[in-house]
Amino acid sequence: MKVIVPVKRVIDANIKVRVRMDGSGVELNNVKMSMNPFCEIAVEESIRFKEAGKADEIIVVAAGPQQSQETLRNGLAMGADRGILIQTDIDLEPLAIAKLLTAVVEREQPGIVLMGKQAVDNDNNQTGQMLSAMLNWSLGTFVSKIEIEDDSFNVVREVDGGLETVRLSRPSVITVDLRLNEPRYASLPNIMKARRKEIEVLTPDDLGIDVTPRVTVLEVTEPPARNAGVRVQSAEELIDKLKNEAKVL
Amino acid sequence: MSVLVLIEHDNTEVKASTLNTVTAATQLGSDVHGLVVGNDCANVASAAAKISGISKILSVDSSEYKYGLVENVAPVVKDIASGYSHVLAPASTFGKNLLPRVAAMLDVQQVSDIIEIVSEDTFIRPIYAGNALARVRSTDSVKLITVRTTTFDAAIEDSGSSAPVEELSAMGDEQLSSFVKHDLTRSERPELTTANIVISGGRGMQSGENFIMLERIADKLGAAVGASRAAVDAGYVPNDYQVGQTGKVVAPDLYLAVGISGAIQHLAGMKDSKVIVAINKDEEAPIFQVADIGWVADLFTAIPELESALD
Ligand SMILES: Cc1cc2nc3c(=O)[nH]c(=O)nc-3n(C[C@H](O)[C@H](O)[C@H](O)COP(=O)(O)OP(=O)(O)OC[C@H]3O[C@@H](n4cnc5c(N)ncnc54)[C@H](O)[C@@H]3O)c2cc1C
Repeated sequence: MKVIVPVKRVIDANIKVRVRMDGSGVELNNVKMSMNPFCEIAVEESIRFKEAGKADEIIVVAAGPQQSQETLRNGLAMGADRGILIQTDIDLEPLAIAKLLTAVVEREQPGIVLMGKQAVDNDNNQTGQMLSAMLNWSLGTFVSKIEIEDDSFNVVREVDGGLETVRLSRPSVITVDLRLNEPRYASLPNIMKARRKEIEVLTPDDLGIDVTPRVTVLEVTEPPARNAGVRVQSAEELIDKLKNEAKVL
Repeated sequence: MSVLVLIEHDNTEVKASTLNTVTAATQLGSDVHGLVVGNDCANVASAAAKISGISKILSVDSSEYKYGLVENVAPVVKDIASGYSHVLAPASTFGKNLLPRVAAMLDVQQVSDIIEIVSEDTFIRPIYAGNALARVRSTDSVKLITVRTTTFDAAIEDSGSSAPVEELSAMGDEQLSSFVKHDLTRSERPELTTANIVISGGRGMQSGENFIMLERIADKLGAAVGASRAAVDAGYVPNDYQVGQTGKVVAPDLYLAVGISGAIQHLAGMKDSKVIVAINKDEEAPIFQVADIGWVADLFTAIPELESALD
Protein backbone atom coordinates (compact mmCIF):
# COMPACT_ATOMS: atom_id res chain seq x y z
CA MET A 1 0.00 0.00 0.00
CA LYS A 2 1.16 3.46 -0.89
CA VAL A 3 0.64 6.16 1.76
CA ILE A 4 0.41 9.89 1.15
CA VAL A 5 1.10 12.19 4.07
CA PRO A 6 0.48 15.91 3.51
CA VAL A 7 2.71 18.08 5.74
CA LYS A 8 2.50 21.78 6.53
CA ARG A 9 5.15 24.29 7.53
CA VAL A 10 3.93 26.42 10.43
CA ILE A 11 5.32 28.60 13.21
CA ASP A 12 6.75 26.25 15.81
CA ALA A 13 4.07 25.32 18.33
CA ASN A 14 6.25 26.43 21.26
CA ILE A 15 6.56 29.98 20.02
CA LYS A 16 4.19 32.70 21.09
CA VAL A 17 3.18 34.48 17.92
CA ARG A 18 3.29 38.25 17.56
CA VAL A 19 0.67 40.16 15.65
CA ARG A 20 2.13 42.67 13.15
CA MET A 21 1.59 46.29 14.08
CA ASP A 22 -0.12 47.03 10.75
CA GLY A 23 -2.75 44.35 11.35
CA SER A 24 -1.78 42.44 8.22
CA GLY A 25 -1.10 39.15 9.98
CA VAL A 26 1.29 37.53 12.40
CA GLU A 27 5.05 38.07 12.21
CA LEU A 28 6.68 35.29 10.19
CA ASN A 29 10.12 36.86 9.73
CA ASN A 30 12.89 35.42 11.88
CA VAL A 31 10.49 33.07 13.58
CA LYS A 32 11.25 29.39 14.05
CA MET A 33 9.19 27.29 11.65
CA SER A 34 8.51 23.58 12.05
CA MET A 35 6.34 20.82 10.74
CA ASN A 36 2.80 21.12 12.11
CA PRO A 37 2.74 18.73 15.13
CA PHE A 38 -0.30 16.83 13.85
CA CYS A 39 1.45 16.23 10.52
CA GLU A 40 4.39 14.76 12.45
CA ILE A 41 2.02 12.30 14.08
CA ALA A 42 0.71 11.33 10.63
CA VAL A 43 4.25 10.83 9.29
CA GLU A 44 5.12 8.72 12.32
CA GLU A 45 2.09 6.49 11.83
CA SER A 46 2.93 5.96 8.16
CA ILE A 47 6.44 4.87 9.12
CA ARG A 48 5.01 2.43 11.66
CA PHE A 49 2.82 0.99 8.88
CA LYS A 50 5.91 0.52 6.79
CA GLU A 51 7.86 -1.05 9.63
CA ALA A 52 4.96 -3.45 10.18
CA GLY A 53 5.06 -4.43 6.50
CA LYS A 54 1.68 -2.82 5.79
CA ALA A 55 2.96 0.03 3.61
CA ASP A 56 5.56 -0.05 0.88
CA GLU A 57 5.97 3.59 -0.03
CA ILE A 58 5.44 6.83 1.88
CA ILE A 59 5.15 10.10 -0.03
CA VAL A 60 5.15 13.38 1.89
CA VAL A 61 3.45 16.25 0.11
CA ALA A 62 3.68 19.94 0.99
CA ALA A 63 1.89 22.86 -0.61
CA GLY A 64 3.36 26.28 0.07
CA PRO A 65 6.45 28.42 -0.34
CA GLN A 66 9.84 27.14 -1.43
CA GLN A 67 10.93 26.80 2.23
CA SER A 68 8.39 24.00 2.63
CA GLN A 69 11.20 21.86 1.19
CA GLU A 70 12.64 21.88 4.72
CA THR A 71 9.41 20.44 6.06
CA LEU A 72 9.52 17.73 3.42
CA ARG A 73 13.17 16.99 4.30
CA ASN A 74 12.02 16.58 7.88
CA GLY A 75 9.47 14.00 6.85
CA LEU A 76 12.07 12.26 4.68
CA ALA A 77 14.50 12.20 7.60
CA MET A 78 11.84 10.61 9.78
CA GLY A 79 11.49 7.86 7.18
CA ALA A 80 9.29 8.89 4.25
CA ASP A 81 10.54 7.74 0.84
CA ARG A 82 10.02 10.74 -1.42
CA GLY A 83 8.53 14.19 -1.42
CA ILE A 84 6.36 16.37 -3.59
CA LEU A 85 6.33 20.14 -3.21
CA ILE A 86 3.54 22.12 -4.80
CA GLN A 87 5.22 25.46 -4.74
CA THR A 88 3.36 28.75 -4.49
CA ASP A 89 3.65 31.97 -2.52
CA ILE A 90 -0.11 32.39 -2.38
CA ASP A 91 -1.45 31.89 1.15
CA LEU A 92 -3.33 28.67 0.51
CA GLU A 93 -6.74 27.94 1.99
CA PRO A 94 -7.88 24.43 2.94
CA LEU A 95 -10.14 24.20 -0.13
CA ALA A 96 -7.21 24.98 -2.45
CA ILE A 97 -4.89 22.58 -0.62
CA ALA A 98 -7.52 19.83 -0.84
CA LYS A 99 -7.79 20.42 -4.61
CA LEU A 100 -4.01 20.22 -5.03
CA LEU A 101 -3.90 17.05 -2.95
CA THR A 102 -6.73 15.55 -4.98
CA ALA A 103 -4.65 16.00 -8.12
CA VAL A 104 -1.66 14.32 -6.46
CA VAL A 105 -3.79 11.46 -5.14
CA GLU A 106 -5.29 10.86 -8.57
CA ARG A 107 -1.81 10.57 -9.99
CA GLU A 108 -0.27 8.46 -7.21
CA GLN A 109 -3.26 6.25 -6.30
CA PRO A 110 -2.42 5.65 -2.62
CA GLY A 111 -4.50 3.36 -0.39
CA ILE A 112 -4.66 5.97 2.33
CA VAL A 113 -4.03 9.65 2.92
CA LEU A 114 -2.94 10.18 6.52
CA MET A 115 -2.89 13.75 7.72
CA GLY A 116 -3.12 16.02 10.74
CA LYS A 117 -6.58 16.92 12.02
CA GLN A 118 -5.66 20.59 12.04
CA ALA A 119 -2.74 22.90 11.46
CA VAL A 120 -1.86 24.98 14.48
CA ASP A 121 -1.53 28.20 12.46
CA ASN A 122 -5.05 28.81 11.21
CA ASP A 123 -6.72 26.08 13.30
CA ASN A 124 -9.15 25.41 10.45
CA ASN A 125 -9.61 21.67 10.80
CA GLN A 126 -10.91 21.26 7.23
CA THR A 127 -8.39 19.96 4.70
CA GLY A 128 -8.77 16.20 5.28
CA GLN A 129 -12.54 16.36 5.31
CA MET A 130 -12.50 18.37 2.06
CA LEU A 131 -10.07 16.00 0.38
CA SER A 132 -12.24 13.02 1.29
CA ALA A 133 -15.24 14.69 -0.34
CA MET A 134 -13.38 15.54 -3.53
CA LEU A 135 -12.20 11.93 -3.83
CA ASN A 136 -15.51 10.52 -2.56
CA TRP A 137 -13.52 8.37 -0.15
CA SER A 138 -14.38 7.28 3.37
CA LEU A 139 -13.30 9.68 6.10
CA GLY A 140 -12.04 9.15 9.63
CA THR A 141 -11.36 12.34 11.59
CA PHE A 142 -9.64 12.89 14.99
CA VAL A 143 -8.27 9.36 14.96
CA SER A 144 -6.29 7.95 17.90
CA LYS A 145 -6.00 4.33 16.74
CA ILE A 146 -5.80 2.68 13.30
CA GLU A 147 -6.05 -1.03 12.54
CA ILE A 148 -5.40 -2.10 8.98
CA GLU A 149 -7.73 -4.83 7.68
CA ASP A 150 -7.77 -6.40 4.21
CA ASP A 151 -10.16 -3.99 2.58
CA SER A 152 -10.76 -1.49 5.36
CA PHE A 153 -9.39 0.45 8.29
CA ASN A 154 -10.83 0.20 11.78
CA VAL A 155 -10.31 3.54 13.44
CA VAL A 156 -11.01 4.96 16.88
CA ARG A 157 -12.13 8.59 16.75
CA GLU A 158 -11.89 11.07 19.61
CA VAL A 159 -15.34 12.67 19.71
CA ASP A 160 -16.89 15.09 22.19
CA GLY A 161 -18.60 12.38 24.22
CA GLY A 162 -15.66 9.96 24.31
CA LEU A 163 -14.54 7.48 21.66
CA GLU A 164 -16.17 6.12 18.53
CA THR A 165 -14.99 3.18 16.46
CA VAL A 166 -15.85 3.07 12.75
CA ARG A 167 -14.87 0.83 9.88
CA LEU A 168 -13.74 2.73 6.77
CA SER A 169 -13.62 1.04 3.37
CA ARG A 170 -10.35 1.56 1.58
CA PRO A 171 -9.12 3.89 0.24
CA SER A 172 -9.59 6.44 3.03
CA VAL A 173 -8.61 9.84 4.25
CA ILE A 174 -7.73 9.67 7.94
CA THR A 175 -6.96 12.72 10.07
CA VAL A 176 -4.97 12.05 13.20
CA ASP A 177 -5.28 13.26 16.77
CA LEU A 178 -2.66 13.74 19.46
CA ARG A 179 -2.94 10.34 21.07
CA LEU A 180 -2.27 8.23 17.98
CA ASN A 181 1.45 8.02 18.67
CA GLU A 182 4.53 9.91 19.74
CA PRO A 183 6.60 10.98 16.76
CA ARG A 184 10.25 9.96 16.65
CA TYR A 185 13.18 12.33 16.25
CA ALA A 186 15.10 11.92 13.05
CA SER A 187 18.56 10.45 13.69
CA LEU A 188 21.62 12.16 12.24
CA PRO A 189 22.34 9.37 9.72
CA ASN A 190 18.73 9.55 8.58
CA ILE A 191 18.94 13.32 8.21
CA MET A 192 21.99 12.79 5.98
CA LYS A 193 20.24 10.08 4.00
CA ALA A 194 17.18 12.30 3.54
CA ARG A 195 19.27 14.83 1.64
CA ARG A 196 19.58 12.37 -1.21
CA LYS A 197 15.90 11.49 -1.37
CA GLU A 198 13.90 12.86 -4.26
CA ILE A 199 11.67 15.91 -4.00
CA GLU A 200 9.59 16.66 -7.06
CA VAL A 201 8.59 20.30 -7.45
CA LEU A 202 5.30 21.19 -9.12
CA THR A 203 3.14 24.31 -9.25
CA PRO A 204 -0.63 24.69 -8.96
CA ASP A 205 -0.57 25.56 -12.66
CA ASP A 206 1.14 22.27 -13.49
CA LEU A 207 -1.81 20.57 -11.82
CA GLY A 208 -4.30 22.89 -13.48
CA ILE A 209 -5.70 24.19 -10.22
CA ASP A 210 -6.88 27.68 -9.39
CA VAL A 211 -5.85 28.48 -5.82
CA THR A 212 -7.21 32.03 -5.60
CA PRO A 213 -8.38 32.62 -2.02
CA ARG A 214 -12.12 32.81 -1.35
CA VAL A 215 -11.87 34.31 2.10
CA THR A 216 -10.13 37.65 2.50
CA VAL A 217 -8.32 38.39 5.73
CA LEU A 218 -9.22 42.01 6.44
CA GLU A 219 -7.32 42.45 9.66
CA VAL A 220 -5.47 40.48 12.31
CA THR A 221 -5.46 41.86 15.84
CA GLU A 222 -4.31 40.92 19.31
CA PRO A 223 -6.99 39.39 21.50
CA PRO A 224 -7.91 41.36 24.63
CA ALA A 225 -5.26 40.67 27.24
CA ARG A 226 -6.05 39.10 30.59
CA ASN A 227 -4.16 40.50 33.50
CA ALA A 228 -2.78 38.64 36.45
CA GLY A 229 -5.02 39.19 39.46
CA VAL A 230 -4.61 38.74 43.17
CA ARG A 231 -2.96 36.04 45.25
CA VAL A 232 -4.59 34.18 48.12
CA GLN A 233 -3.02 32.10 50.89
CA SER A 234 -5.84 29.88 52.06
CA ALA A 235 -9.05 28.15 51.07
CA GLU A 236 -11.12 30.52 53.23
CA GLU A 237 -9.64 33.52 51.47
CA LEU A 238 -10.26 31.95 48.07
CA ILE A 239 -13.89 31.12 48.83
CA ASP A 240 -14.44 34.58 50.28
CA LYS A 241 -13.17 36.23 47.09
CA LEU A 242 -15.24 33.94 44.87
CA LYS A 243 -18.38 34.57 46.90
CA ASN A 244 -18.12 38.22 47.75
CA GLU A 245 -15.97 39.85 45.08
CA ALA A 246 -16.26 37.73 41.93
CA LYS A 247 -19.75 36.54 42.94
CA VAL A 248 -19.40 33.27 41.09
CA LEU A 249 -20.24 30.97 44.01
CA MET B 1 -32.39 34.56 2.19
CA SER B 2 -32.67 31.95 4.91
CA VAL B 3 -30.09 30.46 7.22
CA LEU B 4 -29.75 26.72 7.82
CA VAL B 5 -28.56 25.28 11.13
CA LEU B 6 -27.38 21.68 11.32
CA ILE B 7 -28.95 20.30 14.47
CA GLU B 8 -26.54 18.25 16.60
CA HIS B 9 -28.30 15.39 18.36
CA ASP B 10 -28.05 11.73 19.33
CA ASN B 11 -31.46 10.66 17.91
CA THR B 12 -32.93 11.28 21.36
CA GLU B 13 -32.16 14.84 22.29
CA VAL B 14 -30.93 18.06 20.78
CA LYS B 15 -27.39 18.84 21.99
CA ALA B 16 -26.86 22.13 23.79
CA SER B 17 -24.36 23.27 21.13
CA THR B 18 -27.30 23.64 18.74
CA LEU B 19 -28.85 26.38 20.88
CA ASN B 20 -25.80 28.63 20.63
CA THR B 21 -25.59 27.98 16.90
CA VAL B 22 -29.21 29.06 16.47
CA THR B 23 -28.42 32.35 18.22
CA ALA B 24 -25.59 32.97 15.75
CA ALA B 25 -27.97 32.14 12.89
CA THR B 26 -30.57 34.65 14.09
CA GLN B 27 -27.88 37.35 13.87
CA LEU B 28 -27.56 36.56 10.15
CA GLY B 29 -31.17 36.32 9.07
CA SER B 30 -34.68 36.17 10.40
CA ASP B 31 -35.68 32.99 8.61
CA VAL B 32 -33.74 30.23 10.37
CA HIS B 33 -34.34 26.60 9.45
CA GLY B 34 -32.98 23.57 11.26
CA LEU B 35 -31.91 20.32 9.60
CA VAL B 36 -32.23 17.07 11.56
CA VAL B 37 -30.56 14.07 9.93
CA GLY B 38 -30.91 10.88 11.94
CA ASN B 39 -32.86 7.74 12.59
CA ASP B 40 -35.93 7.37 14.80
CA CYS B 41 -35.38 11.00 15.51
CA ALA B 42 -38.93 12.36 15.52
CA ASN B 43 -38.46 13.52 19.11
CA VAL B 44 -35.42 15.51 18.09
CA ALA B 45 -37.31 17.15 15.23
CA SER B 46 -40.19 18.16 17.47
CA ALA B 47 -37.86 19.44 20.19
CA ALA B 48 -35.83 21.41 17.64
CA ALA B 49 -39.06 22.92 16.27
CA LYS B 50 -39.61 24.54 19.66
CA ILE B 51 -36.25 26.34 19.81
CA SER B 52 -36.76 30.07 19.83
CA GLY B 53 -35.77 31.59 16.47
CA ILE B 54 -36.41 28.46 14.38
CA SER B 55 -39.08 28.95 11.71
CA LYS B 56 -38.95 25.52 10.08
CA ILE B 57 -37.43 22.09 10.66
CA LEU B 58 -36.36 19.81 7.84
CA SER B 59 -36.04 16.22 8.90
CA VAL B 60 -34.52 13.20 7.21
CA ASP B 61 -35.16 10.04 9.16
CA SER B 62 -33.64 6.81 7.87
CA SER B 63 -31.45 3.97 9.10
CA GLU B 64 -28.36 5.05 7.11
CA TYR B 65 -28.21 8.17 9.29
CA LYS B 66 -28.43 6.38 12.63
CA TYR B 67 -24.79 6.95 13.57
CA GLY B 68 -24.33 10.22 11.73
CA LEU B 69 -21.73 8.74 9.36
CA VAL B 70 -20.41 11.74 7.51
CA GLU B 71 -20.22 10.00 4.12
CA ASN B 72 -24.02 9.56 4.25
CA VAL B 73 -25.00 12.82 5.94
CA ALA B 74 -22.91 15.22 3.82
CA PRO B 75 -24.85 14.59 0.56
CA VAL B 76 -28.13 15.43 2.33
CA VAL B 77 -26.78 18.77 3.52
CA LYS B 78 -25.18 19.48 0.16
CA ASP B 79 -28.46 18.88 -1.62
CA ILE B 80 -30.35 21.59 0.23
CA ALA B 81 -27.54 24.02 1.14
CA SER B 82 -27.70 26.01 -2.09
CA GLY B 83 -31.13 27.30 -1.10
CA TYR B 84 -29.60 29.16 1.85
CA SER B 85 -27.35 32.17 2.31
CA HIS B 86 -25.55 30.55 5.25
CA VAL B 87 -25.22 27.05 6.65
CA LEU B 88 -24.12 26.92 10.29
CA ALA B 89 -22.96 24.10 12.53
CA PRO B 90 -21.43 24.13 16.01
CA ALA B 91 -17.62 23.88 16.10
CA SER B 92 -17.99 20.61 18.03
CA THR B 93 -16.57 17.34 16.74
CA PHE B 94 -19.96 16.90 14.98
CA GLY B 95 -19.67 20.16 13.02
CA LYS B 96 -15.92 19.92 12.45
CA ASN B 97 -16.30 16.45 10.98
CA LEU B 98 -19.27 17.16 8.75
CA LEU B 99 -19.26 20.72 7.47
CA PRO B 100 -15.92 20.76 5.57
CA ARG B 101 -17.02 17.64 3.69
CA VAL B 102 -20.13 19.54 2.59
CA ALA B 103 -18.10 22.67 1.82
CA ALA B 104 -15.87 20.79 -0.60
CA MET B 105 -18.90 19.29 -2.35
CA LEU B 106 -20.20 22.83 -2.86
CA ASP B 107 -16.78 24.29 -3.74
CA VAL B 108 -17.00 26.65 -0.77
CA GLN B 109 -14.20 27.77 1.55
CA GLN B 110 -15.69 27.22 5.01
CA VAL B 111 -15.09 29.75 7.80
CA SER B 112 -14.26 27.81 10.98
CA ASP B 113 -14.94 28.56 14.61
CA ILE B 114 -16.27 32.12 14.42
CA ILE B 115 -16.57 34.09 17.65
CA GLU B 116 -18.32 37.15 16.25
CA ILE B 117 -20.52 38.09 13.32
CA VAL B 118 -19.56 41.51 11.96
CA SER B 119 -21.91 41.46 8.96
CA GLU B 120 -23.48 38.84 6.74
CA ASP B 121 -20.13 38.14 5.05
CA THR B 122 -17.60 39.22 7.67
CA PHE B 123 -16.65 37.27 10.77
CA ILE B 124 -14.04 37.19 13.52
CA ARG B 125 -12.23 33.97 14.30
CA PRO B 126 -9.29 33.07 16.49
CA ILE B 127 -6.10 31.80 14.85
CA TYR B 128 -2.81 30.57 16.37
CA ALA B 129 -4.47 29.09 19.46
CA GLY B 130 -6.33 32.32 20.06
CA ASN B 131 -3.16 34.42 20.15
CA ALA B 132 -4.51 36.43 17.25
CA LEU B 133 -7.98 37.27 15.98
CA ALA B 134 -8.65 37.42 12.25
CA ARG B 135 -11.44 39.49 10.72
CA VAL B 136 -12.31 37.66 7.51
CA ARG B 137 -14.70 38.21 4.63
CA SER B 138 -16.14 35.30 2.69
CA THR B 139 -16.77 35.76 -1.03
CA ASP B 140 -18.61 32.46 -1.54
CA SER B 141 -22.28 32.65 -2.49
CA VAL B 142 -23.30 30.18 0.23
CA LYS B 143 -21.36 30.68 3.43
CA LEU B 144 -20.53 27.59 5.47
CA ILE B 145 -19.61 28.41 9.03
CA THR B 146 -18.82 26.61 12.26
CA VAL B 147 -19.62 28.54 15.41
CA ARG B 148 -17.66 28.65 18.65
CA THR B 149 -20.54 27.93 20.97
CA THR B 150 -19.09 29.61 24.07
CA THR B 151 -19.27 33.05 22.49
CA PHE B 152 -22.96 32.96 21.55
CA ASP B 153 -25.71 32.74 24.15
CA ALA B 154 -27.99 29.72 24.07
CA ALA B 155 -31.32 30.27 22.32
CA ILE B 156 -34.37 29.53 24.44
CA GLU B 157 -34.94 25.81 24.22
CA ASP B 158 -38.71 25.92 24.44
CA SER B 159 -40.24 29.02 22.90
CA GLY B 160 -43.75 27.78 23.72
CA SER B 161 -44.64 27.39 20.07
CA SER B 162 -43.66 24.89 17.44
CA ALA B 163 -42.31 25.49 13.94
CA PRO B 164 -43.54 23.18 11.16
CA VAL B 165 -41.56 20.01 10.48
CA GLU B 166 -41.07 18.98 6.86
CA GLU B 167 -39.87 15.47 6.02
CA LEU B 168 -37.27 15.10 3.27
CA SER B 169 -36.48 11.86 1.54
CA ALA B 170 -33.39 9.87 2.41
CA MET B 171 -30.53 9.51 -0.04
CA GLY B 172 -29.25 6.01 0.69
CA ASP B 173 -26.14 4.45 2.14
CA GLU B 174 -22.91 5.40 0.38
CA GLN B 175 -21.40 2.13 1.69
CA LEU B 176 -18.13 3.86 2.46
CA SER B 177 -18.08 3.36 6.22
CA SER B 178 -19.91 1.62 9.01
CA PHE B 179 -20.32 2.16 12.71
CA VAL B 180 -18.64 -0.30 15.07
CA LYS B 181 -19.08 1.01 18.61
CA HIS B 182 -19.16 3.88 21.03
CA ASP B 183 -17.20 4.18 24.26
CA LEU B 184 -18.86 7.23 25.67
CA THR B 185 -17.88 8.73 28.98
CA ARG B 186 -20.83 8.58 31.34
CA SER B 187 -21.13 11.25 33.93
CA GLU B 188 -23.81 12.72 36.13
CA ARG B 189 -21.94 15.99 36.14
CA PRO B 190 -22.75 18.87 33.80
CA GLU B 191 -21.28 18.83 30.31
CA LEU B 192 -17.86 20.45 30.12
CA THR B 193 -18.69 22.98 27.43
CA THR B 194 -21.89 24.24 29.04
CA ALA B 195 -21.07 24.01 32.77
CA ASN B 196 -21.04 27.22 34.81
CA ILE B 197 -18.08 26.00 36.80
CA VAL B 198 -15.21 23.83 35.55
CA ILE B 199 -12.42 22.36 37.65
CA SER B 200 -9.52 21.00 35.62
CA GLY B 201 -6.49 19.01 36.63
CA GLY B 202 -3.11 18.74 34.97
CA ARG B 203 0.03 16.66 35.17
CA GLY B 204 0.42 17.88 38.75
CA MET B 205 -2.43 15.54 39.74
CA GLN B 206 0.00 12.64 39.34
CA SER B 207 -2.65 9.92 38.83
CA GLY B 208 -6.20 9.16 37.79
CA GLU B 209 -7.11 8.24 41.37
CA ASN B 210 -6.13 11.70 42.53
CA PHE B 211 -8.73 13.19 40.17
CA ILE B 212 -11.30 11.91 42.70
CA MET B 213 -10.26 14.89 44.83
CA LEU B 214 -11.35 17.21 42.04
CA GLU B 215 -14.54 15.25 41.43
CA ARG B 216 -15.54 15.69 45.07
CA ILE B 217 -15.16 19.45 44.75
CA ALA B 218 -16.96 19.38 41.42
CA ASP B 219 -19.91 17.64 43.05
CA LYS B 220 -20.06 20.24 45.80
CA LEU B 221 -20.07 23.07 43.26
CA GLY B 222 -22.15 21.46 40.52
CA ALA B 223 -19.08 21.73 38.31
CA ALA B 224 -17.74 19.76 35.35
CA VAL B 225 -14.27 18.20 35.45
CA GLY B 226 -11.73 18.95 32.72
CA ALA B 227 -8.05 18.32 32.16
CA SER B 228 -4.93 19.40 30.35
CA ARG B 229 -3.50 17.40 27.50
CA ALA B 230 -0.73 16.13 29.74
CA ALA B 231 -3.29 14.60 32.14
CA VAL B 232 -5.17 12.96 29.26
CA ASP B 233 -2.00 11.70 27.56
CA ALA B 234 -0.88 10.20 30.87
CA GLY B 235 -4.18 8.30 31.01
CA TYR B 236 -5.48 9.97 34.19
CA VAL B 237 -8.79 10.84 32.50
CA PRO B 238 -10.51 10.15 29.14
CA ASN B 239 -9.81 12.20 25.99
CA ASP B 240 -13.09 14.09 26.13
CA TYR B 241 -11.89 15.91 29.27
CA GLN B 242 -9.22 17.79 27.33
CA VAL B 243 -9.53 21.55 27.33
CA GLY B 244 -7.48 23.54 24.83
CA GLN B 245 -6.60 24.49 21.29
CA THR B 246 -7.10 20.95 20.11
CA GLY B 247 -9.60 19.83 22.71
CA LYS B 248 -12.70 21.56 24.01
CA VAL B 249 -13.19 25.27 24.38
CA VAL B 250 -14.90 26.29 27.61
CA ALA B 251 -15.88 29.68 28.99
CA PRO B 252 -17.57 29.08 32.35
CA ASP B 253 -18.19 31.68 35.04
CA LEU B 254 -15.48 30.02 37.09
CA TYR B 255 -12.53 27.95 35.86
CA LEU B 256 -10.24 26.33 38.44
CA ALA B 257 -6.90 25.12 37.05
CA VAL B 258 -5.20 22.70 39.43
CA GLY B 259 -1.63 21.55 38.76
CA ILE B 260 -1.74 22.99 35.24
CA SER B 261 1.21 25.06 34.03
CA GLY B 262 -0.76 27.19 31.55
CA ALA B 263 0.73 26.36 28.14
CA ILE B 264 -0.65 28.47 25.26
CA GLN B 265 -2.47 25.44 23.92
CA HIS B 266 -4.29 25.02 27.20
CA LEU B 267 -5.04 28.74 27.59
CA ALA B 268 -6.63 28.67 24.12
CA GLY B 269 -9.41 26.55 25.55
CA MET B 270 -10.21 28.47 28.73
CA LYS B 271 -8.98 32.04 28.70
CA ASP B 272 -12.42 33.42 27.93
CA SER B 273 -13.69 32.12 31.27
CA LYS B 274 -15.13 34.87 33.44
CA VAL B 275 -13.05 34.14 36.53
CA ILE B 276 -9.92 32.00 36.46
CA VAL B 277 -8.43 30.50 39.61
CA ALA B 278 -5.04 28.79 39.50
CA ILE B 279 -3.65 26.47 42.14
CA ASN B 280 -0.03 25.62 41.45
CA LYS B 281 3.02 25.10 43.63
CA ASP B 282 5.28 26.94 41.19
CA GLU B 283 4.75 30.66 41.58
CA GLU B 284 6.39 31.23 38.18
CA ALA B 285 3.85 29.03 36.35
CA PRO B 286 2.45 30.94 33.34
CA ILE B 287 -1.10 30.11 34.41
CA PHE B 288 -0.76 32.85 37.06
CA GLN B 289 -0.41 35.46 34.29
CA VAL B 290 -4.03 34.90 33.28
CA ALA B 291 -5.50 33.94 36.66
CA ASP B 292 -7.76 36.40 38.47
CA ILE B 293 -7.01 34.58 41.68
CA GLY B 294 -3.79 32.66 42.19
CA TRP B 295 -2.95 30.36 45.07
CA VAL B 296 0.63 29.20 45.25
CA ALA B 297 0.31 25.92 47.11
CA ASP B 298 0.82 22.20 46.93
CA LEU B 299 -2.43 20.89 45.53
CA PHE B 300 -2.32 17.87 47.80
CA THR B 301 -2.84 20.14 50.78
CA ALA B 302 -4.79 22.90 49.03
CA ILE B 303 -7.49 20.73 47.50
CA PRO B 304 -8.48 18.89 50.72
CA GLU B 305 -8.44 22.27 52.48
CA LEU B 306 -10.73 23.70 49.81
CA GLU B 307 -13.04 20.72 50.07
CA SER B 308 -13.54 21.08 53.80
CA ALA B 309 -13.87 24.84 53.56
CA LEU B 310 -16.74 24.36 51.10
CA ASP B 311 -18.77 22.41 53.67
C1 LIG C 1 -0.14 20.42 18.78
C2 LIG C 1 -0.35 20.56 20.23
C3 LIG C 1 -1.64 20.63 20.71
C4 LIG C 1 -1.87 20.75 22.07
N1 LIG C 1 -3.16 20.84 22.52
C5 LIG C 1 -3.38 20.99 23.83
C6 LIG C 1 -4.70 21.14 24.34
O1 LIG C 1 -5.69 21.15 23.60
N2 LIG C 1 -4.86 21.26 25.69
C7 LIG C 1 -3.79 21.25 26.55
O2 LIG C 1 -4.01 21.35 27.77
N3 LIG C 1 -2.55 21.11 26.10
C8 LIG C 1 -2.32 20.97 24.77
N4 LIG C 1 -1.03 20.81 24.34
C9 LIG C 1 0.04 20.56 25.33
C10 LIG C 1 0.59 21.78 26.00
O3 LIG C 1 1.61 22.35 25.21
C11 LIG C 1 1.19 21.41 27.38
O4 LIG C 1 2.17 20.43 27.19
C12 LIG C 1 0.16 20.87 28.36
O5 LIG C 1 -0.94 21.75 28.41
C13 LIG C 1 0.79 20.74 29.73
O6 LIG C 1 -0.12 20.18 30.64
P1 LIG C 1 0.04 20.46 32.20
O7 LIG C 1 -0.04 21.91 32.44
O8 LIG C 1 -0.92 19.58 32.89
O9 LIG C 1 1.48 19.88 32.49
P2 LIG C 1 2.82 20.61 32.88
O10 LIG C 1 3.17 21.65 31.91
O11 LIG C 1 3.80 19.53 33.17
O12 LIG C 1 2.46 21.37 34.21
C14 LIG C 1 2.19 20.72 35.42
C15 LIG C 1 2.03 21.82 36.45
O13 LIG C 1 1.64 21.24 37.69
C16 LIG C 1 2.31 21.91 38.73
N5 LIG C 1 2.38 20.97 39.86
C17 LIG C 1 3.02 19.79 39.90
N6 LIG C 1 2.84 19.21 41.11
C18 LIG C 1 2.06 20.05 41.83
C19 LIG C 1 1.54 19.99 43.14
N7 LIG C 1 1.78 18.96 43.96
N8 LIG C 1 0.78 21.02 43.57
C20 LIG C 1 0.53 22.09 42.75
N9 LIG C 1 1.01 22.17 41.49
C21 LIG C 1 1.75 21.16 41.04
C22 LIG C 1 3.65 22.26 38.18
O14 LIG C 1 4.20 23.37 38.88
C23 LIG C 1 3.31 22.61 36.72
O15 LIG C 1 3.05 23.98 36.57
C24 LIG C 1 -0.79 20.74 22.97
C25 LIG C 1 0.52 20.68 22.48
C26 LIG C 1 0.74 20.61 21.13
C27 LIG C 1 2.14 20.57 20.62
